[in-house]
Amino acid sequence: MESQAFQKIYTQLINMTKATVTLKANDVGYDEMAIVHGRKAQVVKLMGDIVTLQVFSGTEGIPTNAEVTFLGHPPQLKVSDELGGRFFNAYGDPIDGGPEVEGEIRDIGSPSVNPVRRKQPSQLIATGIAGIDLNNSLVSGQKIPFFADPDQPYNQVMASVALRAKADKIILGGMGLTNDDYLFFKNVFQNAGALDRIISFVNTTENPPVERLLVPDMALTAAEYFAVDKNENVLVLLTDMTLFADALSIVSNRMDQIPSKDSMPGSLYSDLARIYEKAVQFPSGGSITIIAVTTLSGGDITHAIPDNTGYITEGQLFLRRDTEIGKVIVDPFRSLSRLKQLVIGKQTRADHPQVMNAAIRLYADAANARTKLENGFDLTDYDERTLDFAKVYSDKLLAIDVNVDTDTMLNISWELLSKNFTKAEVGIKQEFVDKYWIEK
Amino acid sequence: MEKNNKTTGKVVGIVANLVTVAVDGPVAQNEICFIAHNEERLMAEVIKVVGVNAYVQVFESTRGLRIGSTVAFETHMLEVTLGPGILSRNYDGLQNDLDKMEGVFLTRGEYTDPLNREMKWGFKPLAKAGDVVTAASWLGEVMENSIPHKIMVPFKMEKRYTVKSVKAAGDYTVDEVIAVVVDDEGVEIPLTMVQKWPVKMAVRSYKSKPRPFKLLETGVRCIDTLNPITEGGTGFIPGPFGTGKTVLQHAISKQAEADVVIIAACGERANEVVEIFTEFPELDDPRTGRKLIERTTIIANTSNMPVAAREASVYTAMSLGEYYRAMGLKVLLMADSTSRWAQALREMSNRLEELPGPDAFPMDLSAVISNFYSRAGFVYLSNDATGSITFIGTVSPAGGNLKEPVTESTRKAARCFYGLSQDRADSKRYPAIDPIDSYSKYLEYPEVQESLKKTAGEGWLDAVIKAKDILLRGKEAMEQINILGDDSVPIGFHDRFWKSELIDFVILQQDAFDDIDSSTPMVRQKHMLSSVLKVADTEFKYKGFEEVSVFFKEVINIYKQMNYSEFESESFKKYESNLDSLLKERMN
Ligand SMILES: Nc1ncnc2c1ncn2[C@@H]1O[C@H](COP(=O)(O)OP(=O)(O)OP(=O)(O)O)[C@@H](O)[C@H]1O
Ligand SMILES: [Mg+2]
Repeated sequence: MESQAFQKIYTQLINMTKATVTLKANDVGYDEMAIVHGRKAQVVKLMGDIVTLQVFSGTEGIPTNAEVTFLGHPPQLKVSDELGGRFFNAYGDPIDGGPEVEGEIRDIGSPSVNPVRRKQPSQLIATGIAGIDLNNSLVSGQKIPFFADPDQPYNQVMASVALRAKADKIILGGMGLTNDDYLFFKNVFQNAGALDRIISFVNTTENPPVERLLVPDMALTAAEYFAVDKNENVLVLLTDMTLFADALSIVSNRMDQIPSKDSMPGSLYSDLARIYEKAVQFPSGGSITIIAVTTLSGGDITHAIPDNTGYITEGQLFLRRDTEIGKVIVDPFRSLSRLKQLVIGKQTRADHPQVMNAAIRLYADAANARTKLENGFDLTDYDERTLDFAKVYSDKLLAIDVNVDTDTMLNISWELLSKNFTKAEVGIKQEFVDKYWIEK
Repeated sequence: MEKNNKTTGKVVGIVANLVTVAVDGPVAQNEICFIAHNEERLMAEVIKVVGVNAYVQVFESTRGLRIGSTVAFETHMLEVTLGPGILSRNYDGLQNDLDKMEGVFLTRGEYTDPLNREMKWGFKPLAKAGDVVTAASWLGEVMENSIPHKIMVPFKMEKRYTVKSVKAAGDYTVDEVIAVVVDDEGVEIPLTMVQKWPVKMAVRSYKSKPRPFKLLETGVRCIDTLNPITEGGTGFIPGPFGTGKTVLQHAISKQAEADVVIIAACGERANEVVEIFTEFPELDDPRTGRKLIERTTIIANTSNMPVAAREASVYTAMSLGEYYRAMGLKVLLMADSTSRWAQALREMSNRLEELPGPDAFPMDLSAVISNFYSRAGFVYLSNDATGSITFIGTVSPAGGNLKEPVTESTRKAARCFYGLSQDRADSKRYPAIDPIDSYSKYLEYPEVQESLKKTAGEGWLDAVIKAKDILLRGKEAMEQINILGDDSVPIGFHDRFWKSELIDFVILQQDAFDDIDSSTPMVRQKHMLSSVLKVADTEFKYKGFEEVSVFFKEVINIYKQMNYSEFESESFKKYESNLDSLLKERMN
């Protein structure tokens, strides 16, 4: 494939930067792949017969008389059922020692789904984690990231969400994964006996950073194959999208583009949206759900990467360490699933929305009480009760080690509400109070 | 820009969707051209010309495009096609009918007709031979869904004309000639139901554009009661992500008393558009009893669709709005989010290597935004009928910081500011409109005040101002309590704070997902405001500060149950009388 007879070989580079080479060539398509001195590259600019190529792994050591051949097509992936259980690099080449995959060749970064051909997401994805199922229910066809500090166990949480989610396929797109994390994923997937359902495209910290720009599109091309051609429910895990965005900024910087906020390219929003919007529910039954990780620096969500992500995704899940109970919880304040209203109270019990809101409101009152305490003020009886409530609520429901079904989550909530508060303080619709309130 | 021989050109440069074309003849700024690529024709717009090189932004992906590809220029700018059959349609940013496209995925280079050319419309003449007409004069009428759709003299026809003939009542397709007019030189011009209009130009075929003066009811309490918007008014909703901009816009578009609603989903999520596609065909328009979709047109250029078409989408939406306004209709136009449009401008300006302004946005951002907002408004048409475009845009400030260029520029252009606050959203106080920072400049217009007096009563404005004062004083009281501690402030501070909480919980907060609470008609808003203000005016007796919050939580709880009940229903009245006795207990 990559050394066809008719291919013309160029050997005269006229310009070189850290990331790009320029040469004279004719009949080249925009976005086309090329091989420069044995390294993969892609056309990023055409001016007359001057072609600029981005060399993914950098230009170190490339001589001006390097051989350049054009491949005549954009980046591609071969898709078939053989993908199942396999590990690939950012170019879609196997890294698990197995054979090449046979299958249909597809261009990655395919066109968007016509919005009128989408179906409204409506299928609850249960994870057993109450911080998600109770307060931020996931729906198939949704796209949602974890916002987490680098030291938080986001990959672990994501792996357990993935394994409990009952997806037909799980596709991991790893960008800048440490080797340890790569092995961690490999391990849990293997131990869960789920390996044949799982496909991984991995760029580790040992690989050149610019290569990871291809990873989401590779993962999503595979996902579209299974969701569209096979009507499967596919869960795509993208970790860590912050490192993906960093790679974008490296490229735009090397191409002398004017940066906007936080040295990110002005097109960051569109670049990220193009990826996340691949999440979809197809009318034929297949779906693509994207769960991603966006690591924060110092918890700052106003940084351009989490900020643009938040504007694109359908909510976000925040992890936070609750020092009082010594566990990591899904923070109910900043976390949000935008699609939850499509399923809560519909696929779950009718009291779900109101119970959820009431509990979070009271949990917020507890936070105020804590501030009062810290400022040295006396607490009222109500304040004390909110604090009692918050502690148990955090431990029994928000902690990420919880694994129960949604009805149980609601029952636990009613127990805690009835125990600590009056009906007026809880302020839930009368019909539900009549049904679920536990009189002392 | 009329030309006889079409200019052609050849592609000489490609960077993402910015393509340089060497041309062999005249081209105009914003002229449309098509680039031939294999079997496909990619639409593009001229955005800059240097010598023989035209820089065009392509409305599609340029993947695979080659140097030397041929380009044909079209002698016109980007245009919308106007005629009956626009309502209930789902268009992309270039007005392609999305439902007419084949397949699940969008195909590059596929452009579809915005109108149905086969369907016959029941035409009724409104003009007669001998009438003198100008652009936008009504010649006839067809019923589009339940809306009287006027067939007009095209907006582009700038002279005075005499009607020679109008077709008799009957069923015609949009392309049949329904009237012939004659210009001052005796040239006969046949007219159909279809006309075209360049989207970036404002339609000015109206007699006058006074300041807006009439309230536009939205059913959203913290808008109608506290900071009302007017027919023909402009407003914007800035807010960090997840604070409720889209939910608020959807609520307004479902409930507002408009004849026509145009929603531009500009660079936002596809699933949110799907929500409209799914819900609007089911939901009733409370005023007409017809389905909401019948009065709605959606322009869906979601974030994954081509960026240049995103920029066009708001103009397409505005042009459709202007068309319906010229029929004497009340149009409500929503754009979510105008920041994505500004970002599209920024991406292009960066590719053109223009000198950037603040945050790398183009220097003329402010002018572009003002110019766009100025196309909204209330107008008197040439026959003295009235029409309006009320425009509400969302703004997605980077990092939630309202000092960024798009928010600042929009603040200069829009008259109502509905700022969503992160704190309110975090504590689920929806809609999260900040009651203190938000404003409606229209409340200061004497003509608006007059009209409010007529529709809502003499005392209304005073009541509104009073409610705002209570909110402000409540906030101050809370700050004092936080600084000094619960028991170090007089009980009056607690009372003051909880009275503001009362207004917050009962008037401001509104559950957009509850069938009843989601929309509150003006009569009900009046009733609730005066009821709540009566409570705020009452002096209650407390033994200690702890009692204040306990008491008000009970009061608020009853009010909330009222908000969830049908207005003046049995249960509503039952809660009202429960409330009365609860209040009486505290008074003596
Ligand atoms: N009035 C409301 N009542 C109840 N919930 C609401 C209301 N407004 C917003 N929400 C909640 O907040 C979530 C986010 O709202 P929305 O999608 O409108 O935010 P947004 O400001 O448009 O965000 P973005 O800028 O990312 O598009 C909703 O999914 C819903 O859960
Ligand atoms: Mg939104």
